[in-house]
Amino acid sequence: MSHRARQLKVSSLARVEGEGALRVTVRDGVVERADLQIYEPPRFFEALLRGRGYTEPPDITARICGICPVAYQTSACNAIEDACGVRIDGPIRELRRLLYCGEWISSHALHIYLLHAPDFLGYPDAIALAADHREIVERGLLLKKAGNAILELVGGRAIHPVNVRVGGFYAAPGRARLDHLAGQLRPALDAAIETVRWVAGFGFPDLETDHELLAVHDPAGYAIEGGTTVRRSAGPDFEVDAFSNHVVEEQVPYSTALHAALDGGRYLTGPLARYTLNHDQLSPLALGLAADAGLGSECRNPFRSIVVRAIETVYAVEEALRLIASYQPPEPSYVVVPARDGVGHGLSEAPRGLLYHRYEIGADGLIRSATIVPPTAQNQAAIEEDLRRTVAANLHLGDEPLTGLCERTIRNYDPCISCSTHFLELTVERS
Amino acid sequence: MDTPTLAVFKLASCDGCQLTVLDCEDELLALAGRVRIAHFLEASSAVRPGPYDVTLVEGSITTPADAERIRQIRAESKVLVAIGACATAGGIQALRNFGDVAEFASVVYARPDYIDTLATSTAIADHVPVDFELRGCPIDRRQLLEVLTAFLAGRKPDLPDTSVCTECKRRGLTCVLVADGTPCLGPVTHAGCGALCPAYRRGCFGCFGPMASPNVAALVPRLRAAGMSEDEVGRVFRTFNAASGGWSS
Ligand code: SF4
Ligand code: SF4
Repeated sequence: MSHRARQLKVSSLARVEGEGALRVTVRDGVVERADLQIYEPPRFFEALLRGRGYTEPPDITARICGICPVAYQTSACNAIEDACGVRIDGPIRELRRLLYCGEWISSHALHIYLLHAPDFLGYPDAIALAADHREIVERGLLLKKAGNAILELVGGRAIHPVNVRVGGFYAAPGRARLDHLAGQLRPALDAAIETVRWVAGFGFPDLETDHELLAVHDPAGYAIEGGTTVRRSAGPDFEVDAFSNHVVEEQVPYSTALHAALDGGRYLTGPLARYTLNHDQLSPLALGLAADAGLGSECRNPFRSIVVRAIETVYAVEEALRLIASYQPPEPSYVVVPARDGVGHGLSEAPRGLLYHRYEIGADGLIRSATIVPPTAQNQAAIEEDLRRTVAANLHLGDEPLTGLCERTIRNYDPCISCSTHFLELTVERS
Repeated sequence: MDTPTLAVFKLASCDGCQLTVLDCEDELLALAGRVRIAHFLEASSAVRPGPYDVTLVEGSITTPADAERIRQIRAESKVLVAIGACATAGGIQALRNFGDVAEFASVVYARPDYIDTLATSTAIADHVPVDFELRGCPIDRRQLLEVLTAFLAGRKPDLPDTSVCTECKRRGLTCVLVADGTPCLGPVTHAGCGALCPAYRRGCFGCFGPMASPNVAALVPRLRAAGMSEDEVGRVFRTFNAASGGWSS
């Protein structure tokens, strides 16, 4: 093995959102580099938001990502309402949570069934999986469709919903239409429960991580559409408006993307962080299923994130049913939010992790500056650290299985690399 | 005849239009039985080389590498369909075309010199011939299925190029502009969404881009009368299809 150099390369990663590549260099048994390269072209959202009206970011920032547009719309609304000194509570907030549950169900089902599970079962995609196990893929599609049905009814459209506005919604759906939706969600709950049992039986490579964890926290319930504080695993909670004091994005010489650091350290957001920091707020059904699936009070193996996603899907379907049961159409469907000079911060939990928006608005209602910190930028350092550890622990494997393992390591995070508001292209020097 | 092959490529975009393929939950497995998905990175790690019978391209051209890549994709594709506002009009990222891209980069990045980007974001048809352009941000699922079925059957897709207004009337919706005085771009926007926004008492904001021959001059005074300022009128035409030019002529 001495003086042996190995290069693992994947020029285009499959089954992730957006486009990226992977490059790992091992020399003399030491992992020299493990880069998740982002070649997704930058789209400059923060720059083009300047000078736009303060009511526009929900529609514009939705276009950052087609898989989690509601997250962008919600964090944007939270931040703009904060800047204007308006707090949304009661039925409008509940409707927002219902819409977001739709995105969680749809995005988690997409990731579990179409993007991630094929890795555990040795298939290139869900279509090939369906050739052998059609009923499994149909179950996933049913679940995904139920999430989309919420998005379509409450949001008006599954991708880039049209019904979301600063202050609430353009129109609130009537009771009868939600009752109909509940009829579609009940079978989806069974499908979600079966999903947990199915994924719990997969084989999980050993990998225990020590990344610090970060998630939104809301005393009122498992944080989805917002919260009062930010919770971390190694330090006290902090306020939403202190986010940029703790999380700083920096350019590091060996990487193709901006890395965010939490008080200077590597950290992780997303399902593992949410579960570990907030799991006691999950429903009894979800907690029971988690225990059956072998999850304790924390989960630090990224390969098991598929189990946590399945648990969160159960929770989101139950939560949607609960919100529908107590639903009274808000009247009016939005709160008037007058523009004022100010700065606002907004957070929410996108299916793949915490999403932060900050806007500076003038009294004329025009945006002076915008900052958006997407989950993948925050998880980038953790993904690369996992890659280093995975490669180091599996050097005995041949190039092909090792490369496959690296791709899975990346897919664990369901990375969303179209959110190129914050990604750089960098030419990597070759020796 | 061999099973026709389908390829899906992505350039500068949000993934929303290609996700629409996977959002055809009821038709996905049936579709997979009729075509061989030969290249679709978002969905599959099995990638086969071209040529492809039908290729869908999402996203706009914003880098020198993508300008080269689209030529290659064109050469490998019998039928090339540009899907969505990014691919047919440059998308939201084409707002840079009205500004200074170097200044844009310096706002977002500490080291803008690392950015390898073009000064403009342009549609696929500005670079290579396309066989069909499907509008929308994102595209509509039913329209996508019509386009795929048509090209697989060797015919032209049958899609309207009238305005959103006609879809509103067909649905029997009350006009938000006339009844509520809500500013609406429906009269000049390409049909295809099924009049989604007016159904939620919201004015259309033009995500399907300009219709065939829009009478913008007639609409603008109505938008002003509905309370839009000069600046707001300017901005509402500068969103996801700003660079298409269809509204400014
Ligand atoms: S047209 Fe809209 S939905 Fe389609 S890729 Fe572009 S931004 Fe996304
Ligand atoms: S903005 Fe116009 S074209 Fe887009 S969904 Fe709304 S009504 Fe349809």
